[in-house]
Order: sequence, then structure tokens, then C-alpha cells
Amino acid sequence: MNTLRYALTASVLGLSIWQALVWITGAPHYILPSPWRVAQIGFANRALIAEHALVTASEVGLGLIIGAVLGAVTAILLANSERLHRFVMPLLVFTQAVPVFALAPVLTLWFGYGMASKIAMAVLIIYFPVTSAFYDGLMRVPANILDMAKTMGGTKSRIMWRIKIPYALPSLGTGLKLAAVYAPIGAVIGEWVGASKGLGYLMLLANGRAKIDLMFASLIALAILTILLHQLVAKLSDRMAKG
Amino acid sequence: MRAPTLHLRGSYHLGAARLFGPFDVSLQGGQWTCLLGRSGVGKSTLLRLIAGLPCAGEFDGSITASDGTPVTDRISYMAQSDLLLPWLNVLENTVLGAHLRGMQPDLERAKSLLDRVGLAAHQSKRPDALSGGMRQRAALARTLMEDRPIALLDEPFSALDASTRAQMQELAAEVLSGKTVLLVTHDPAEAVRLGHQIVVFTPNAATFAQVPKASPVRDPFAPDTLTCQSTLLDCLRGSL
Repeated sequence: MNTLRYALTASVLGLSIWQALVWITGAPHYILPSPWRVAQIGFANRALIAEHALVTASEVGLGLIIGAVLGAVTAILLANSERLHRFVMPLLVFTQAVPVFALAPVLTLWFGYGMASKIAMAVLIIYFPVTSAFYDGLMRVPANILDMAKTMGGTKSRIMWRIKIPYALPSLGTGLKLAAVYAPIGAVIGEWVGASKGLGYLMLLANGRAKIDLMFASLIALAILTILLHQLVAKLSDRMAKG
Repeated sequence: MRAPTLHLRGSYHLGAARLFGPFDVSLQGGQWTCLLGRSGVGKSTLLRLIAGLPCAGEFDGSITASDGTPVTDRISYMAQSDLLLPWLNVLENTVLGAHLRGMQPDLERAKSLLDRVGLAAHQSKRPDALSGGMRQRAALARTLMEDRPIALLDEPFSALDASTRAQMQELAAEVLSGKTVLLVTHDPAEAVRLGHQIVVFTPNAATFAQVPKASPVRDPFAPDTLTCQSTLLDCLRGSL
């Protein structure tokens, strides 16, 4: 209940600052629309926004699932083999040095203008945080627990499955919560580069037609989508960590 | 499975430096041997060597059993912390070894062992719902569940309060009776109370101390127990 109260207070504060900025600067609505105007336009275009939000949500959801599975599997493989970790980790770090924004045109070229390129973007942007967080968790299992498991005659794969993975689930949860915030960024970048659907596309379209209020409404829809996704992933992660 | 006598001899080095040894001791089969020494002298390292666990240094010597069969796959291990897995309940923790070996756990036996250590009513609780003493009792049940003839105990009671520690010592002595037990401790009172044999471990030697005539578990207030305790304390002080 307290969380909801804080969230509502923060929202009211944010909207007040926004409205104050509109009054102070006297900016016209095609530069900075007021919150009330954005709410009106958003409500009037709710079907349109919902249609595009559904596309973005699908891209983000699929990207999140694929990225999480790939990241988790990679982390387990790396934790299982010191040699593989020494070989692959520098490569992973190097791929992070290439901005995902710069890859968007290439991915659109390879995967087309449909959902695939946006899913690929979301996967790329979350793969490393998930891998890194889960790998850290897998490697942080206390040595004395592993010693005990060895004296019990545990095999490497069973120690991984029965001890290391359950122990590292809270870390995986942390990675997934980050991923839930990053994944929409990937999808929207993909939509900006080339798409005919999605909130990113709608924002660009609205901007091009000087419908800044619709652009703001789409932006808020994107923020709400991200918050809901984060909450959902946080709940699932907490349940997963509690076992 | 009859509990074998263990013969330990050798020395342990880290690089060019000798950390402890040379030593030559035998842990009598079916009895408790208490390895008493100051903190950092290498007691736990010796225990790791017996368990076949990796150590930073190099061991130059041998660890053999009187029956000639390998030691490392016949030991159970109990550490200072209970090492209970927080996402499993007490019963699941007790049968962890069977799961790690890919075997079907004997749940009836586990339940009977939990009953023996007084945790029958708590078997479905998670470790965070138990007190320190109950957690160590669960760890003891897990050790017993392994049903190995050799038990290595690395200061398992040192984190408990005095009365819980005394209870746990009595319980462990009862349930581990007949096994070859090596108890690592830095507490002379604990060593005198539980040890059929007491080995005073210093960087240069491992020497047997004279133990009171009474059998363990000894009365902590008996005059010869108190005398032995103070002699051991002097020994430890002398090893400074």
C-alpha cells in the first residue's frame, strides 16, 4: 500500500512540474503540450495507441523471453567451464562496446521491417545484463557448500542443477528486472529505424505530423508498458527466488 | 560398514614454507579423536586433506585406512556453519546427498533420523524458521543420512550458545557412536568432553594428550576432566 502511495505522489509531483513548465515557458501545444491535453488526446486515440502498444509489447515480451533463455543458458555454460569463460567473456564484453543503436540498421537489413528485427534488438540489449548477473550468482555460491556437496559424491551437473542454479536465482531475477527495463528500449530503437507498427513507429509518425500531443501520449503508453512489465518480472523473479 | 582406523602422516607446505608437520597420527576406528589446536594452525586444512578437498598448498604424505580401501568416498562432513540450503525444507536438506548422487532418497529413514535429533515436528520448515541449535541438529541429521563410517566435524558447535552446545555435543556423541570421528576444535573443554583421543596440533607436531579414564561424554565438572582441561590449555599456550 505504501508503494502505491509513493508512486501516486511521485506521479502527481511529476505532472505538477510538467504543468508548471508549460505555464512558465508559455510554450505552444505543438512544442510542449500540457498533461491535460495529452490525456485528452491519449483517450481519444486509445484504440490506435492500444493497437501499436500491443505490437511493441509482443516484441518486448518475445525479446525478453528469448534473451532471458539465451542469457541464462550462456551463464550456465560459462560457469561450467573456466576455459569457455576465459574465451567467451572478453568477446561478450567487446560486443557491449558496440552501441546497439548502431546495429539497428544492420538488423533491419538482415531481419526485415517486421517484428523479427525488433525482437533481435531487444534480445541483443538484454542478453549481456542477464548473462552477467546470472553468471555472477552462479559463481558466488559459498565454497563450503560446494565442498560439502563434493564430499557427498555430487556430480558436477547435479551440483549445478541442485545447488548453483537455485542459489543464483535471485541474481538471475536482478538481471531480468534490468532486462524488463532495457528490452523496450531495444524494440523502440528497432521501430524507429524501420517499421509500420509499434509505439516507436507511432511516435515518429506523430512527430512528423506535428502531433506532439499524440507523441507524448505514445511515450506515456510506452512508459506504462515498461513499468507494468518491470512489475510483472519483479513478481515472477521474487516467486522464483523464494522457490 | 565397519569404521576403519585412519593413519595420517606427512607435512603440508605452501610454496617453500612448511605450514605444519611432519606428523604421524592414527585415528582409532569407531572412536572420537579431537584435533585440538590454536586458530590458524592448519586443523581445518588437515580435515580438508582427509576429505580429498582442494587445498592451496601441497601435502607430502599419506592418508590411509586400516582396511586398505580409499578414504575420500567414505566420509561425511559437518562444518561450523550448518550449510543448509535456504530454499529446501529440513527433510529435503536431509536427503540432499542422495539427490546429488542421482539416487532415490530414503525418505522414511530421513524422517526417522529427524525424529532421532528431535526435529520430527519441523521437517517441513525452511532453515530460516529454525533456531541456531535446530539448524545444527538438521545438519547432524544430514550427516547421519550419509551413513558413512568416517565423520569429519569442523568446529560444528562453536557458534552455538553454551547450553545448546552441550546438548548438541551429547546428541552428536550418541548418534555418531561407532563411527570414526575426527572433531576439529579449539576448545579444550569440548575436546576433553568428547574425545576418546585428543591430538594437540601445532605447526611442528601432532601429539596425543593424556585423556581422563572415564569414557566420553565426560562430566565437565569431574576433577580429572578439569585437570585435563587445564593441562590442554597450558599446552596450547605453550605452543604460542
